[in-house]
Amino acid sequence: MALLEVKNLEVCYGVIRALKGISFEVNQGEIVSLIGANGAGKTTTMQSIMGLIPIKSGTVTYDGQVINKIPGHKLVPMGMSQVPEGRRVFQEMTVYENLVLGAYAQKDKKKIKDDIDEICTRFPRLGERKKQVAGTLSGGEQQMLAMGRAMMSHPKLLMLDEPSMGLSPLLVDQVFEIIKDYHKSGVTILLVEQNAKKALSISDRAYVLETGAITMEGNAADLLNDESVKKAYLGE
Amino acid sequence: MSTIFDGLSLGAIYALIALGYTMVYGIAKMLNFAHGDIIMVGAYAIFTTLAAGGHIGLALVVAVVVCVVFGIVIEKVAYKPLRGSSPLAVLITAIGVSYLLQSVAQIIFGAKAQTVSMVSFGSMKIGSAEISIASVITLVVGAVIMAGLTLFVRNTRTGRAMQAVSEDKGAAQLMGINVNRIIMITFAIGSALAACASIFYLMQIPSTEPTLGSMPGIKAFTAAVIGGIGSIPGAMIGGVLLGVVEKICLSIPVLAPYTTAVEFAILILILLVRPIGLLGKKRREKV
Ligand SMILES: Nc1ncnc2c1ncn2[C@@H]1O[C@H](COP(=O)(O)OP(=O)(O)OP(=O)(O)O)[C@@H](O)[C@H]1O
Ligand SMILES: [Mg+2]
Repeated sequence: MALLEVKNLEVCYGVIRALKGISFEVNQGEIVSLIGANGAGKTTTMQSIMGLIPIKSGTVTYDGQVINKIPGHKLVPMGMSQVPEGRRVFQEMTVYENLVLGAYAQKDKKKIKDDIDEICTRFPRLGERKKQVAGTLSGGEQQMLAMGRAMMSHPKLLMLDEPSMGLSPLLVDQVFEIIKDYHKSGVTILLVEQNAKKALSISDRAYVLETGAITMEGNAADLLNDESVKKAYLGE
Repeated sequence: MSTIFDGLSLGAIYALIALGYTMVYGIAKMLNFAHGDIIMVGAYAIFTTLAAGGHIGLALVVAVVVCVVFGIVIEKVAYKPLRGSSPLAVLITAIGVSYLLQSVAQIIFGAKAQTVSMVSFGSMKIGSAEISIASVITLVVGAVIMAGLTLFVRNTRTGRAMQAVSEDKGAAQLMGINVNRIIMITFAIGSALAACASIFYLMQIPSTEPTLGSMPGIKAFTAAVIGGIGSIPGAMIGGVLLGVVEKICLSIPVLAPYTTAVEFAILILILLVRPIGLLGKKRREKV
């Protein structure tokens, strides 16, 4: 069953049509990735799903409910969570405060404390740095924090926008391991990546986005072996 | 001694008003030029309550309620529809709201200044210095309010959400924070603080007129900029600094006529040395 279903989604910035009516779906329990070059519209897709950018036309359905008209902040308690492009951790706040904000919908303080402990086991680096101001974390640590923060709301669907951006190869591997691991705990994943090879290697299915339109879709394994994908996105 | 004391208490008034400017700027990223006029609204609320025979405590409550309602309605009707449009459009609207409030006050209460029948607090002697009790009350209550506000912003769920919205609206929404609600709460808090400022202001000068808010509004805005607009402790420090400087200048006969000039000279000096104000933060550009 589709947990997230996007149908004919159209988004414009002024006169620029950034998304020209795209359709895709993410089934319960899958990892689906959305790959594409710079400016293809990946971030636009992610942000419009979460209500950060207004939708011109089309529908977004989550868990059987049309969510176009639902204010973005209400989607979090419904089980949607996003690690935005560029991390966007709260720079002036500590690691701990960032994680507390991730649990904004949760009012039980004890539960928040336990969840933070759990996140700190998953990300030991964060555990060591609870009191550190987020703006002084390294890029990799900020990525971990952004992921930990998004997990604090116990999402059913976690959306990640280029989590590997700007990280060293070792850290990229770590980030993908964490995503795989988190997926095993029963969370559905929608992943946006420029690192198509890595993304496809952990995904069940994938879509290729080109200048606002989906040009290809299929099983991740098939796409990994597809000649045109290889040429355009895998640098082979 | 008593000059410093009066300066501190005037500073507390400026600080209370400056907080409204700075919090709204920090969270809604707009200069609410109508904020000064909320003090005038509060002053007329107090005037009306006292004239009707109400107690001063009741007058304060009425002022807070009226100012908060005005703050929320102004935000909803005038500013919210403009969210996301150019800062210039918002600024012009704020100036328009300011004139609107002043004009309506003039229609209802007339243009002439009216005496507010405030309770007189008198003064007390500490050693050789004569200190006005109104100043003591202003200083103490002002300090308590500001300490409370600081604790609120640092330690409550809503306070943290306010910090988050001021840093990054989009990321705040991704946390499940209702950004519109936080902006509304910010306007409400700023207006409540302005209502407190208006009662303290009337304790010093028991007279109100439609343009009452202009001067303290501009001074408090200056204080907010000196402290670093967007910074809560900055607004407090800027306000107190400006209040003390003003009272000292007024107490020195040669300087007295140039008081306002001295205050703005300080603003310019501080901005030359530190363009972001005393406690302002340089915002990292988002990638
Ligand atoms: N705020 C905006 N105003 C105008 N145009 C925008 C805005 N944001 C994005 N665009 C345009 O929309 C298109 C899609 O941008 P988007 O950020 O979604 O691409 P992307 O696939 O995420 O790219 P990248 O891989 O570089 O992050 C681009 O042509 C971009 O210039
Ligand atoms: Mg992008």
